[in-house]
Amino acid sequence: MKVLMFGWEYPPHVYGGLATANYGITEGLHAQGDVDITLCLPKPWGDEDKTPANIVAMNCVPIAWRDVDYDYVKNKIGNIMSPELYYKLRDHIYGDFNYMGVNNLGAVDFAGGYPANLHDEINNYSVIAGVVARTMDFDIIHAHDWLTYPAGIHAKQASGKPLCIHVHATDFDRSRGHVNPTVYGIEKNGMDNADCIMCVSELTRQTVINQYHQDPRKVFTVHNAVYPLEKELQDIPRPDHKGKEKVVTFLGRLTMQKGPEYFVEAANMVLHRTRNVRFCMAGSGDMMDQMIYLAAERGIADRFHFPGFMRGKQVYECLKDSDVYVMPSVSEPFGISPLEAMQCGTPTIISKQSGCAEILTNCIKVDYWDINSLADAIYSICHNESLFDYLSVQGKNEVDQITWEKVGLWIRELYERTLGWR
Amino acid sequence: MKTICLYFEIHQILHLKRYRFFDIGTDHYYYDDYENERNITEIAERSYMPALNALLDMIKANGNYFKVAFSLSGVGVEQLEMHAPQVLEKLQELNNTGCVEFIAEPYSHGLSSLVNEDGFDEEVKRQCAKMNEYFGQYPKVLRNSSLIYSDDIGLKVSQMGFKGMLTEGAKHVLGWKSPHYLYNSELAPNLKLLLRDINLSDDISLRFSNKDWSGYPLFADTYINRIAGLPKEEEIVNIFMELSALGIAQPLSSNILEFFKALPACAKAKNITFSTPTEICENVKSVDSLNVPDTLSWIDEERDVSSWLGNPMQREAFNKLYSVADRVRIANDPRINQDWDYLQASNNFRFMTTKPAVVGVDRGIYSSPFDAFTNYMNILGDFINRVNNLYSTDIDNDELEGLLTTIKNQGDEIEMKDKEISRLQAKIEKIEVESDKFREQVEVKCAPKKDTAKKETTKKSAAKKSATKKVVKEPAVKASKE
Repeated sequence: MKVLMFGWEYPPHVYGGLATANYGITEGLHAQGDVDITLCLPKPWGDEDKTPANIVAMNCVPIAWRDVDYDYVKNKIGNIMSPELYYKLRDHIYGDFNYMGVNNLGAVDFAGGYPANLHDEINNYSVIAGVVARTMDFDIIHAHDWLTYPAGIHAKQASGKPLCIHVHATDFDRSRGHVNPTVYGIEKNGMDNADCIMCVSELTRQTVINQYHQDPRKVFTVHNAVYPLEKELQDIPRPDHKGKEKVVTFLGRLTMQKGPEYFVEAANMVLHRTRNVRFCMAGSGDMMDQMIYLAAERGIADRFHFPGFMRGKQVYECLKDSDVYVMPSVSEPFGISPLEAMQCGTPTIISKQSGCAEILTNCIKVDYWDINSLADAIYSICHNESLFDYLSVQGKNEVDQITWEKVGLWIRELYERTLGWR
Repeated sequence: MKTICLYFEIHQILHLKRYRFFDIGTDHYYYDDYENERNITEIAERSYMPALNALLDMIKANGNYFKVAFSLSGVGVEQLEMHAPQVLEKLQELNNTGCVEFIAEPYSHGLSSLVNEDGFDEEVKRQCAKMNEYFGQYPKVLRNSSLIYSDDIGLKVSQMGFKGMLTEGAKHVLGWKSPHYLYNSELAPNLKLLLRDINLSDDISLRFSNKDWSGYPLFADTYINRIAGLPKEEEIVNIFMELSALGIAQPLSSNILEFFKALPACAKAKNITFSTPTEICENVKSVDSLNVPDTLSWIDEERDVSSWLGNPMQREAFNKLYSVADRVRIANDPRINQDWDYLQASNNFRFMTTKPAVVGVDRGIYSSPFDAFTNYMNILGDFINRVNNLYSTDIDNDELEGLLTTIKNQGDEIEMKDKEISRLQAKIEKIEVESDKFREQVEVKCAPKKDTAKKETTKKSAAKKSATKKVVKEPAVKASKE
């Protein structure tokens, strides 16, 4: 089975959760053995892992004919894409796009990530997708998140092949109800044209059904998974805090969606009862100053710390050093980070409003607004060794069973159903 | 001749309320009154009353032929006293027919038999006293909470003077043996064991109204035919279940009461009788001893204690609770004792189970095992603090017990001496009265002359008085010195 996949970001150049999920899904499908993936990315750097998928660099795809010689092409884009593919793609240009500000290869540049002119880039991306769809041989199209929906629709129209879209988040999660009409329009159009909609959680699925008015029969839940920890990260030691000060951690963007203020309020309640706990709020975001102010106002700043944004190995060191990981998200389509905390053996508290709550059992779930319950859970893990041990050991066992291979198997089944092969 | 032993458990716990860790030390009331009242009222209305009425009808309709046994946990009785006294009245009415036996069980429906023999002994006696108070019968047969049994428990129960005990006819204990005989305990041959027939009991209590079950619908004649069809030598069929199975687990709309009402007639036709546990223990000889080194119960497929003590959280809660058992017993504070009963109930531990169960676990107000654990540990934290605050924790249990015994003994002694004092004082008064009379007589006889004799007698009585006072004072001083 051949899949044409549209993605926006991809490891190791990570901007948000989308890159990790995209990589995991690609790997999971590759592990099935009989799925060939052509993955289109706006601006690959050349250091991506190319084993699971054949990567097409959209910023190297010609949309206007240029007479360039082989060595020039090889010299310019050889580290990202083969010149043969360039010439093959050049044979399938379907219109005159000279007006679009193309470079001397006839291709359009991308800034990468999420620039200010995002809507232009989305449009360019879909124009280029038309060339790719006319060139490549594939059975089904798979588009990740709203940025690539227009490209998916275009490819479907050009090829007549069915379209699957993957909803990693909706604008309702990002904006807490105050949706951007343009974004909503793009999302709705993508869903209307899709033959199969995959959502990262039942929570998202319900949003898609109710807010975007989709037929429930074509909307499926495909939960995310996690990658096993690398050896280097596994080997980070877990300090023993038994009988010592405990550390409770929040890790994520400090924005309204993640509910940081509930964490501070719960910390306040815990610290009024016991002083043997420290709180750590890692990450940055537009609510950072507000949170520092709030912690000071509650008089707990001596035990409440803001280490700032963390990346790479730091994240895992921080998780392993924690006794409790808290994710009080107000609305989280899935949320891979609690799974990562559990991989580190850290007991985890998540809000019931997160998608990952649907598949996890060995963690504590509370309503994000219920700070009493949150404080109680934090206190209980810090003061009852048996609960800490149980959640630590069983939580790790549980997430070790959640693998991308299983996700890949389920996605392949959905492909086959969409294609009418089963 | 075959006989059926029918037994029902009546037990409801006191539901704990939502108790946050910041309530520790400030709030000492742990119970959800609303939920308790609602729960017990509902069960009494939907299950206990209709079921007991049906059983009463069955006894009346069949003379002394139909017999049944009940056990009530002390905690359950307290709940019924408070919210549904009509159930207790109905049980008394049943008791008056003489066809009903009440058997013993631990007062709290707890797991004390596993760790604390003294506590277990005390609890059972308290429940027996309660049964005696209500029904005028002192139980002779015991069933432990959830039919928990092991050889050690059997020995203990036998030493407490019980003739028999009910337990589970678990496959892993019986092996090729049949539960349809009377057995005896391995360590205490005098203790008879009645084993529950798992299939026949669960057909009613778990599956009766299940339309997917191959045996559905179950009729009384087929049921009795199955019993009658057992090999001739297998004479005892023990059918044990919770009373709430009739009406709650199996709704009344499934006609479960009609099924029950039809049983005696069908049994009579097949020449099968009904017996109470004590009758069986007295009349039947045991065929063999049963070796049960590991604890068994009637819960879950494993039929062991894993649904209460299966995970480390449950074990921590259990160990913490019973770590103060002796102190609670020694301190003997009425309010603490009451909370102690309610906190021990095994249901509190069951809420924390993480086992994947076939029969769905009712977790009450809790959303997860972790939630149940957190709430219970908060309450336990407060409770243990209260227990420890009664007497300084610097004094260990033995020493404390010693001191308390001394105080109690001295109290007894003082009481005795007080009695002695009042006895002596009464004596003095009597003597004085007599001496007055005597004096009058003397005065009447020789009024003019004998003044000296009169003086002497008064002196004597005064001396007596001071002497008795001295005697009284001495032990009091001694006691205060000690």
